[in-house]
Amino acid sequence: MKNHGTRLADLTGLMNRRSALKLGAGVAASAAIGFPYVARAQSDVIRIGHLTPMTGFLGVLGKYAVQGIQMAAEEINAAGGVNGRKIEVKSEDSINPENATTKAQRMLERDGVDFLMGEISSASALAISQVATRNKRLFMALGPRSDVLRSASCSKYMFCTDIPNTVMVNAVGSALKRDGMVEGKKFFTLTADYVFGHDLLTAAKAFFAKNNATLLGDELIATDVTDFSPFLLKVRQAKPDVVCLNLAGNQVTNFVKQYAEFDLPYPTVGFNLNTADAWAAGVGNLSGTWPTVWYDTLDTPASKAFVKAFTAKYNRIPENHAWIEYIALKIMAQAMTETKSAETPALIKYLESGAEFDILKARKAYFRSWDHQLIQEAYPFSVKPASQAKDVHDMIVLGQVVPSPSESMEVIFPTKEQNACKL
Amino acid sequence: MQFVFLLEQVVNGLVLGGYYLLIALGLSLIFSVGGVVNLAHGAFYALGAYAAVTVSKYTGFVPAVVISPFIVACLGILFERFILRRFYREDPILGLLVTFGLAMVAEQAIRMAWGSAPLIFNLPQSFRGSIILGDFLFSRFRLMLLAVVAVMLCGLWLLLNKSAFGRVVRAGVQQPDMVAVLGIRLQPYMTAVVMLGVGLAALGGALFAPITVVHPAMGSDILIVAFVVVVIGGLGSLPGVILAAMLVGIVRGVTIHFSPAAGEASIYILMFLVLLVRPRGLLGEPIEKFEK
Repeated sequence: MKNHGTRLADLTGLMNRRSALKLGAGVAASAAIGFPYVARAQSDVIRIGHLTPMTGFLGVLGKYAVQGIQMAAEEINAAGGVNGRKIEVKSEDSINPENATTKAQRMLERDGVDFLMGEISSASALAISQVATRNKRLFMALGPRSDVLRSASCSKYMFCTDIPNTVMVNAVGSALKRDGMVEGKKFFTLTADYVFGHDLLTAAKAFFAKNNATLLGDELIATDVTDFSPFLLKVRQAKPDVVCLNLAGNQVTNFVKQYAEFDLPYPTVGFNLNTADAWAAGVGNLSGTWPTVWYDTLDTPASKAFVKAFTAKYNRIPENHAWIEYIALKIMAQAMTETKSAETPALIKYLESGAEFDILKARKAYFRSWDHQLIQEAYPFSVKPASQAKDVHDMIVLGQVVPSPSESMEVIFPTKEQNACKL
Repeated sequence: MQFVFLLEQVVNGLVLGGYYLLIALGLSLIFSVGGVVNLAHGAFYALGAYAAVTVSKYTGFVPAVVISPFIVACLGILFERFILRRFYREDPILGLLVTFGLAMVAEQAIRMAWGSAPLIFNLPQSFRGSIILGDFLFSRFRLMLLAVVAVMLCGLWLLLNKSAFGRVVRAGVQQPDMVAVLGIRLQPYMTAVVMLGVGLAALGGALFAPITVVHPAMGSDILIVAFVVVVIGGLGSLPGVILAAMLVGIVRGVTIHFSPAAGEASIYILMFLVLLVRPRGLLGEPIEKFEK
């Protein structure tokens, strides 16, 4: 017993000496190399900082975003990674623009990420873009739709994958014009009160002016509003022909449910909808015509395969943010493989080169070099009557692709004249 | 016509105030009796909504709205017995922290149990539509909701003012030590009050589930408004909370009429102004254990 005790004491002493030695060596090494963590990190893994709102009014969409990008990362790593290096996507809740700024800064300066991806909120994306530009590092803005990110606030270091507001308006506008719901009609708009909503309202106003529609009133609505009854009263007081929604996230679902509750007679159209918000609204609440960038019933083999794999993995149908994050990481993987680099200058040069990417749609997509916008197809969709829809996923009917296959994809995107972006 | 529109917003604000009241009442009750600011109150609101969605799959809409508050009230027993009870006589900051933590645990628990995506819960067709009285438009469902609130309020008033139970509770609020000296154990009363408060929050959640997004964080959204109502009304005052709920509803509606973007900010400005003039809230009474 005594003997055993002595040995234990000896052992402890040894351990202490060893730890002290290790510590000393570590300190010396850090002093010599400077940033050992980053230096080592760049050799074996590619670190990607991923920021997206996981809480708040866009939180529901953010959860899909994380699942989409993580699934892409797993697939890429399972296939051997990029240039023999594994991809590590570090997802964090961006919460709001202030938080997004702090986290983006920390990811670039301390965590040693190679570049940034993510976001749904246009306001947060704007904040991250400023950090990325200061640090001369690439930022892929995946979900934000404000035109301003592609025009006045564009940056050499930011690329945008989702369709901008102007495209949303054009996509649904063509369907509305066909149904005779624009020419000479009186509109009342409800708009999300932040950069995205304001931007969408500008695009909508331009569309109304071009098509002889009048705007009876437009109300700005704070993003945390859950009760819409005072706004519904104002809609009824104005007696419009069409109620037009430029809302975002939970606002859409809350509005749609309460509009059904009050049962007002005016038809609704919307220039922004993410399908998760439509599903949450439920069958029999949602109506009208809306735009979308992608939907799970899209009839291409690649898209169907993605839906099948996602559903098998997460036990739910992917929403458009899951899709866009998935294809965006695949785009980056292609860029890194082709350039054999994760360095920002090489990646920017490649993305600006007009290289084509498979985004699971009928036509391949590419970035425009002068505004860094991913040029791709869009779709209007309409909602089946409650009696015909089997479930929420069945209630949405995808319309004809815009623009039609014979036209250039750029016809629905803002032109160089409309877009003030100077890179 | 402008005046009629404004009046319509005032009336609508009153209806909305009724709904705020449902959540704020429980918060105020638990605070006045236990001395704990229950930051987990919103979580019980969310649980009420989630329970209603789940139960409705088996029973249909109306029974679900009736049953789910009772289920959540039973959780309230556990909440009082194992957590809240330890903090009645402690520094108020501890109760604040523990219920804040519980709110986060509850939100994540909801995420784990029901998933992070919003649940679908539709208002049955028979409850939809609006009623036009004179120039005023009312949602049929909200009028029913207002009736439910009125019934609850009368019941609560009778319980607190006309029953033996109420006498003990009111005495406990003012002089807990004196009640103990008289040989009455306050603890079962505390449990009952917490059950009642939590059940009211759950009823609010169940009633609002068909017309708002049912998502895990819905509780924290409503908690802030409920808290504002309680603070404006004044602690320990049932009429104060009623008055404040109506006032908050009206101020929000009227602000939206004139300046929609300021609608949400208006209730905080109202709270700010009320507290400047009356730091105890509109009808707040001095309560011995908070007057140090």
